[in-house]
Amino acid sequence: MEHFIPYPARQGFRKRWSQRAAFLLFRLFSLVVAATLVIILGFIVWKGAGAISWEFLTEAPSNGMTSGGIFPALVGTLLLMLGSALVAFPLGIMSGIYMNEYATRGWLVRFIRIMTNNLAGIPSIVFGLFGMALFVQYLGFGDSILAGSLTLGLLSLPLVIRTTEEALKDIPDAYREGSLALGASKLQTIRKVILPMGMPRIVTGLILSLGRVSGETAPILFTCAAYFFPQLPSSIFDPCMALPYHLYVISTSGTDLEAQQPLAYGTALVLVAIILLVNLLANALRRYFQHKVKMK
Amino acid sequence: MEKILIRDVNFWYGDFHALKNVSLGIEEREVVAFIGPSGCGKSTLLRLLNRMNDLIPATRLTGEILLDGRDIYDRQEDVDRLRKEVGMVFQRPNPFPKSIFDNVAYGLRVNGIRDKEFIAHRVEETLRGAALWDEVKDKLKASAFALSGGQQQRLCIARAMAVAPSVLLMDEPASALDPISTAKIEELIRELRREVTIVIVTHNMQQAARVSDRTAFFYMGEMVEYGLTKLIFTDPLKEATQNYITGRFG
Repeated sequence: MEHFIPYPARQGFRKRWSQRAAFLLFRLFSLVVAATLVIILGFIVWKGAGAISWEFLTEAPSNGMTSGGIFPALVGTLLLMLGSALVAFPLGIMSGIYMNEYATRGWLVRFIRIMTNNLAGIPSIVFGLFGMALFVQYLGFGDSILAGSLTLGLLSLPLVIRTTEEALKDIPDAYREGSLALGASKLQTIRKVILPMGMPRIVTGLILSLGRVSGETAPILFTCAAYFFPQLPSSIFDPCMALPYHLYVISTSGTDLEAQQPLAYGTALVLVAIILLVNLLANALRRYFQHKVKMK
Repeated sequence: MEKILIRDVNFWYGDFHALKNVSLGIEEREVVAFIGPSGCGKSTLLRLLNRMNDLIPATRLTGEILLDGRDIYDRQEDVDRLRKEVGMVFQRPNPFPKSIFDNVAYGLRVNGIRDKEFIAHRVEETLRGAALWDEVKDKLKASAFALSGGQQQRLCIARAMAVAPSVLLMDEPASALDPISTAKIEELIRELRREVTIVIVTHNMQQAARVSDRTAFFYMGEMVEYGLTKLIFTDPLKEATQNYITGRFG
């Protein structure tokens, strides 16, 4: 037993207790985070639930926005989510595929990657300003669903590119080689093996980007959102109301802030509910695609 | 004429000289084993035969590789078609996350075959050929991932054979498998040699001795010795070969 290291009796005790204390601390902090979320959600539900009714969801604001519902804003937000998806999904998925499957090296790809990363860090109000300059003014779309969708699409583009790229990067090369070794072309390999395998994660990323879009105010401020536009838009060149902007409007301006307050909380509750639904949808779709590609 | 003729091949990964002046010929319907210690270049040479190394950047090749007398590195070569002719089975079973049926049908479909009856017929035929049919015939729609490792590898062999290649490359096909599965794969190799020329890379000397007609021994990028398997294993010409097969290094 010459290599026996004397073990101080106190050390075991100290180790055990420092371990316990550390875990306790970690747990405490996690609980604080969870509790904050619960408090915020609880607060919104408590303040907003009273405002929710069928009429609130299906009617336009009335009496100088001191009563009535949020129907046009709800429709506007859904339209903007759809529109930005139509812009960002095809562009973003194709760029992600290009970056991971076709051109993983070289200065051009490095440049694109740096730019997309930086794009993701640009404040959304700057996107709004850019959208106003390019889409609203230069291209002459005016304040419109089209301009808003394009701006929001650009905003979510980096996220879509990144998730696509990351999802594809994690697929082992063994599957690419397996497919190519059978005489499949690169495009066939991507379409029939790689994309289906990446789908669960890509779809999750897409949906989460939708969630983000639904809550953005700044990018649509100068490109699309209307202060008050109670009729439904008739074309993509019409402006529209949107939930986050409507929330801002009725909490800060208007004829009777007191009377508007319950409506503001109701609007917030609907917005949160949309994001919650979007996240649940993302989960469900991920499971569906996982099942579909027969990972098990 | 040799099925495959490798002439003065040199190959580099960046600055690393991985194959040095390698020349050898492989006859039709012969089983040739490449043996040698890790990093000796045997897998590199194997992957040159279906141009799988094209996927790796910054590589360089000199010399010629002829398949049925045709230079497969010619500018005119259609690489996708080449890979249909020269099938490959990998070290780790890599079935696609698709059904058992779709795995075998994949090669047919990507090569433009639409006839459902033909596909179904061919899938059964190749699964029988890979001695897997009886085990999977009732669950063709189940995921290939539900199979055992050995079954997955036999599925990959069936998948490769479905497109009727004339050469089958096997890169340590049994190294990730248990002894019973390994025996089944070896049995399969003895069956398949009636249809295709097989080139197999293996770390397992007994395996090379059991399944191959000829063996090439590689060491540090050079082909040290190439000849009839029974001679290589009983009376090698070079001392390095002798040392390797008797387990003195490697």
